[in-house]
Amino acid sequence: MKVTSLEDLRKIKESAKDLTSARSRGATRVIIGMGTCGIAAGAREVMTAILEELDKRGLKDVAVETTGCIGMCQKEPLVDIIRPGEPRTTYGEVSPADAVRIIAEHLVNGHIVEDKVIGQTD
Amino acid sequence: MAFYRAHVLVCKGTGCTASGSPSVYEALKKELERRGLDQEVALVETGCHGMCEMGPIVVIYPEGSLYCRVTVDDVPEIVEEHLYKGRLVQRLLYTTPDTKFKVPHYRDIPFYSKQLRIALRNCGYINPDNIDEYIARDGYEALAKALTTMKPEEVITEVRTSGLRGRGGGGFPTGTKWEFCRKAQGDKKYVICNADEGDPGAFMDRSLLEGDPHAVIEGMMLGAYAIGADEGYIYCRAEYPLAIKRLRGAIAQAGEYGLIGDNIMGSDFSFHLHIKEGAGAFVCGEETALMASIQGERGMPYPRPPFPANKGLWGKPTNINNVETWANVPNIIRNGGAWYASIGTEKSKGTKVFALTGKVNNTGLVEVPMGTTLRDIVFDMGGGILNNRKFKAVQIGGPSGGCLAEQHLDLPVDYESLTAAGAIMGSGGLVVIDEDTCMVDVSKFFLEFTQRESCGKCVPCREGTKQMLLILDKISSGKGRMEDLKILEDLALMVKEMSLCGLGQTAPNPVLTTLRYFREEYEAHIRDKKCPAMVCKALISYVIDPEKCRKCGLCAKNCPVNCIAGDRNTPYVIDQEKCIKCGTCLEVCPFQAVSKV
Ligand SMILES: Cc1cc2nc3c(=O)[nH]c(=O)nc-3n(C[C@H](O)[C@H](O)[C@H](O)COP(=O)(O)O)c2cc1C
Ligand code: SF4
Ligand code: SF4
Ligand code: FES
Repeated sequence: MKVTSLEDLRKIKESAKDLTSARSRGATRVIIGMGTCGIAAGAREVMTAILEELDKRGLKDVAVETTGCIGMCQKEPLVDIIRPGEPRTTYGEVSPADAVRIIAEHLVNGHIVEDKVIGQTD
Repeated sequence: MAFYRAHVLVCKGTGCTASGSPSVYEALKKELERRGLDQEVALVETGCHGMCEMGPIVVIYPEGSLYCRVTVDDVPEIVEEHLYKGRLVQRLLYTTPDTKFKVPHYRDIPFYSKQLRIALRNCGYINPDNIDEYIARDGYEALAKALTTMKPEEVITEVRTSGLRGRGGGGFPTGTKWEFCRKAQGDKKYVICNADEGDPGAFMDRSLLEGDPHAVIEGMMLGAYAIGADEGYIYCRAEYPLAIKRLRGAIAQAGEYGLIGDNIMGSDFSFHLHIKEGAGAFVCGEETALMASIQGERGMPYPRPPFPANKGLWGKPTNINNVETWANVPNIIRNGGAWYASIGTEKSKGTKVFALTGKVNNTGLVEVPMGTTLRDIVFDMGGGILNNRKFKAVQIGGPSGGCLAEQHLDLPVDYESLTAAGAIMGSGGLVVIDEDTCMVDVSKFFLEFTQRESCGKCVPCREGTKQMLLILDKISSGKGRMEDLKILEDLALMVKEMSLCGLGQTAPNPVLTTLRYFREEYEAHIRDKKCPAMVCKALISYVIDPEKCRKCGLCAKNCPVNCIAGDRNTPYVIDQEKCIKCGTCLEVCPFQAVSKV
């Protein structure tokens, strides 16, 4: 392909963005508890579901992080959502299907998935 | 394409490659596959982060954790703990030398947090072998902006406004230089990138070329557009094979996109770029010698005028800039000259990359705003003096530079203040010197270098430096006379005055500055026959304290010239006539009975 205009360059830039976007900590973050207890409760499947959903929706500026046990083992799998200007929302006992809902409703549209929330902190 | 939640960046700069990063990369690749993470964790090669001492360096995003001295054996733990479970591998994190704090984030490491990275902005952050990553970071946007919305004169105005000055040593205003070349008559013009980097210990240009080759290329193209050139050369020393490889790859990739070639982005501007490998002589970094070398002649300077801007390569108007100068240009065109001019001091704008080496805790590349103090560089970023020794001096500017002392620590570093103090910015070598280093020895080291590298064309440089060296040798062997200091100074000033090119004109700087700031050390060598730092071999001796000696015989066993005698009943004694002052006895004595006096 030849770059013959600024638009061409922008197009390459757009498609190249995900090459480096994961390297700047995006304002929007998804954090999955992957301690031993989390993994035993199915956190791995939740993570896979989240990654697939993000991919399907073409969401690039989201940082997906993992974290160790935070001492709420009975509520695992735990997923935290951080959106700019909002408190950190923690969801508990998240199944892969719940995770997809959380991405669609909270991450994309900004509506908290009330039935799964177990806490909010700043 | 899969959603990569994490990126693992493995440094493949020259330093980390030497310490084993390629095998760490392979091990990571295998381990990620084995754990089924290869579809969600991307593995990326980068250029130098400037912290080669701590290499191999591995950085993991989105957290931005930096792991030091990573080995193949650490790989399973990194994958299991960090990438799978989200727990930092504490033992591999960078630890601050003073507080022993393990720093979880790259950007919080003192070495980086005080830096302002403009020229180095992509180094260690992108894969230099993939042009798309450069484009993702706004690459070639400045070129597109210039070609579609700016006249060549406007590009020059922007660079003038920025206040950018040459980073190769001289500090000449870049925009003004471009304007000379723009105005020069000629149907054919050239741009050249000076990547000779001959200063011993300097590696900023190498790291830039390895870590972000496109930035240098884009800068050259902007310069070519501005002055009306259609062809360029990068003159790079052959000792930089990785930089040359990356450059070749980058030029090829830019060519595939049509970003190098004819009628770039549909404009009238065409550009072709060549690499010329140099043999690595210091004098070939001098611009007129460099051009002679590109033309296949012997690398010797010729007198200016005519200046390259009027009569340069193959007699055509030519603009030559240093690697770092070029790398700043795309940032200036993209963000505006006023933005760049807002950084730095009144007369020195923007940032400068320094290669921090010597007796500091953190060695490596640092990019700081002009006007940053030496204290900030040495003590904050550099983490202070190695082994808690006392600071004595910094040698700044390479063999053409000078030594500054404690009283200069709060000096804001810019072109003017350094020149006023007798040193120069040079290309950015910064060697930290502690109390165990002899200043006579330091000036000898640098003078030996320039003396050896003198091309021999003019007498003051060729013979003058030789005479100066003889005097220094006399002084360090305890045979100096007080009058020698005056002769040395006169010779130095003469060489400075009378030499043809910058090599000779600056070669005396280390001697002159040490004479100015550390004269008492020279005098101690001459008057007291003592080397205060205990370095000059002729002026020190090793002695054994009979009170402390336990007669173990270890020193005698290890002495390479068998000059230590003694036995179970008599304390050991060193025969000063035969002793070669290697210091082995001092090292091996378990009871600290040997000392240097
Ligand atoms: C002996 C000697 C060695 C030099 N070595 C280099 C060098 O390695 N790299 C460099 O960029 N400039 C070097 N220079 C400076 C160049 O002559 C020239 O001024 C510079 O490349 C111009 O680019 P700038 O304006 O961007 O600094 C050297 C000068 C002298 C006198
Ligand atoms: S000053 Fe030295 S290096 Fe420069 S031309 Fe003269 S002899 Fe050669
Ligand atoms: S090593 Fe030390 S203690 Fe042993 S004989 Fe030599 S000076 Fe004496
Ligand atoms: S080569 Fe890896 S940090 Fe310099």
